[in-house]
Amino acid sequence: MKSNETFKYAADTSDMVLVLRGGNQSVETKQRIDKIVHIISLVIIYAFLTVMGVLIVFPFYWMIITSLKTGAEIKRLVPTFFPMTIRWANYGEALTRLDFVTLLRNTLLVGILSTIGTLVTTILAAFAFARLNFKGKDLVFTILLGTMMIPGEMMVISNYISVSRLGFTQMNNYVGNFAAMILPFMVSVFYIYLLRQNFKQIPNELYLAAKVDGKSDWSFLWQVMVPLAMPTLTTIFILKLMGAWNSYVWPNLIATGNKNVYLITNGLRETFSVADNVDDYGAQMAATVIVTVPLLLLFVFFRKYIMRGVGRAGIKG
Amino acid sequence: MESKNNWKGWLYLAPVIILLSVFTFFPIINTFFVSFLKDYNYMTGKFSGFTLDNYASVLTPWGSLGGGAGSMFELVMKTALPNTLVLTIITVPCSIILSLVIAIALNSIKPLKKFFQTVFFMPYVTNAIAIGMVFSVIFSSDYGIINSILRSPNLTWITPSPITGATVAYPRALFAICFYIVWHSLPYKILIFLGGLQNIDKQYYEAAQIDSTGKIKTAWKITIPLLSPQILYMMITSFIGAFKEYNSVIGLFGAGGGSFDINTGPTSMQTMVFFIYDQVAKNKVQYASAASIFLFIIIMIFTVVQNKVSKKRVHY
Repeated sequence: MKSNETFKYAADTSDMVLVLRGGNQSVETKQRIDKIVHIISLVIIYAFLTVMGVLIVFPFYWMIITSLKTGAEIKRLVPTFFPMTIRWANYGEALTRLDFVTLLRNTLLVGILSTIGTLVTTILAAFAFARLNFKGKDLVFTILLGTMMIPGEMMVISNYISVSRLGFTQMNNYVGNFAAMILPFMVSVFYIYLLRQNFKQIPNELYLAAKVDGKSDWSFLWQVMVPLAMPTLTTIFILKLMGAWNSYVWPNLIATGNKNVYLITNGLRETFSVADNVDDYGAQMAATVIVTVPLLLLFVFFRKYIMRGVGRAGIKG
Repeated sequence: MESKNNWKGWLYLAPVIILLSVFTFFPIINTFFVSFLKDYNYMTGKFSGFTLDNYASVLTPWGSLGGGAGSMFELVMKTALPNTLVLTIITVPCSIILSLVIAIALNSIKPLKKFFQTVFFMPYVTNAIAIGMVFSVIFSSDYGIINSILRSPNLTWITPSPITGATVAYPRALFAICFYIVWHSLPYKILIFLGGLQNIDKQYYEAAQIDSTGKIKTAWKITIPLLSPQILYMMITSFIGAFKEYNSVIGLFGAGGGSFDINTGPTSMQTMVFFIYDQVAKNKVQYASAASIFLFIIIMIFTVVQNKVSKKRVHY
């Protein structure tokens, strides 16, 4: 009853007075000051973002222009911010020295096979966790999530022992080398978690309707759920492919110096050492452009998928 | 139907369980086991007993490998562990504060917001080794752009200067790699913080505006507390990430991890994970295992302590 009365009084604004904290300022000056403060803070914010943006973009810019410079221009005491003479030959040199075709073939082979493997195992497991009921489901899921906290280094050591014993790290055992690079990466707990969340959002009515139609779980999964989860599957596909493109440690251990089975990142690091002479910087930066551009292209075309996947939780590589 | 599903569920899970058993569950136990083996030959699987010597050799000067110059102990205690700790202490707060400020700035603008968001995400979609090589060219001693801007061509950041022969001073190498790590880790943090900021109820800001609270005070009293779950999450994951720093070292300093003037600090930028992989490549897997268990314990302690300390400060 009382609150109702208060409400009535508050609504009657005819004899209310606006009190300004600023004491002797009129409403106009107050508004003007607010506006000026607002504009100044906007200018500061944009200036700050621009400076930071330049810092972020600068390495990309420097990589590209250095990749087009001649050795003589790189050695100039006053650096040029745009190449005076463009030297495309740096790229030819980089491609040959990297043995780019071999690296690309190896990386795509490993990347695509491990991605397809991951998609299949992830779809099956996510379906089981999202739709099927069986004893121990929650326990298995918890254990799986728990493995995400264990540092990968511990797995690398023991897996290296296992694949060495199988002879998979031996020179010229190409099948073994590639199997060692692909098999451990055909499963990902994080992606199972991601897809399970997505599968759970698909209404149960669809599942029940399919059951009534006499559809088996198997055909429901592939004909209904997989098409509906396409965006998430695309995200997994892209991130997984990027992971193969950026992987360094494991292939480096498996290849043990055999350049024929290097993936792109290993090839890049091995071909150009840090202490290379300055004349080499042009070709070196051309090589880094060659490795970076496919990633940036993926980003341009699949920006939405990548940012959504990354934003969901922490995954690197 | 329910009972029929019982075996079916396991059938669907079979590929994942088999792969994880071989490549995840078994390795966790096996690495622990290997770290206690004496005279272990990993190719034959033979060993002569159990010992604590692998840990003693890596962590103390009293192991069978000794603690003298060039020993494993010296490498861990004078180079790998200090490097890892220093990198963590510098890069984690720097990247979190910077990304937080950038995210708040991004959240307060409308025009060009999408554009800036895309720009700030770019370092995420790069190859750590490739961009590390770009940074080593930028920081190059004789013709690098940084030295040109500073007008002091004799500063050596990454490798000894081929012209003057000047050696690399550790603090400068540290600056270069920290700069790179922060640059590389910003996008992910900005993305997470921005997601958190967009979820904050606009009401709080309207209330602050009515009270004519200043922008800085609003950020400090409203934004930061409401963002504390994301900040805690970011702190824990960044600490773990920084403890496992590896690719940045390889990218910037090459497969050897650099070589610096001994009078200025550690002689290379090798980190704990660098040490572990180096031992694996040298087929000394028992020492690698011991070091990795040690690293795992440090990470665990840090995570637990951080969780405890921040419990009082995080608002859910």
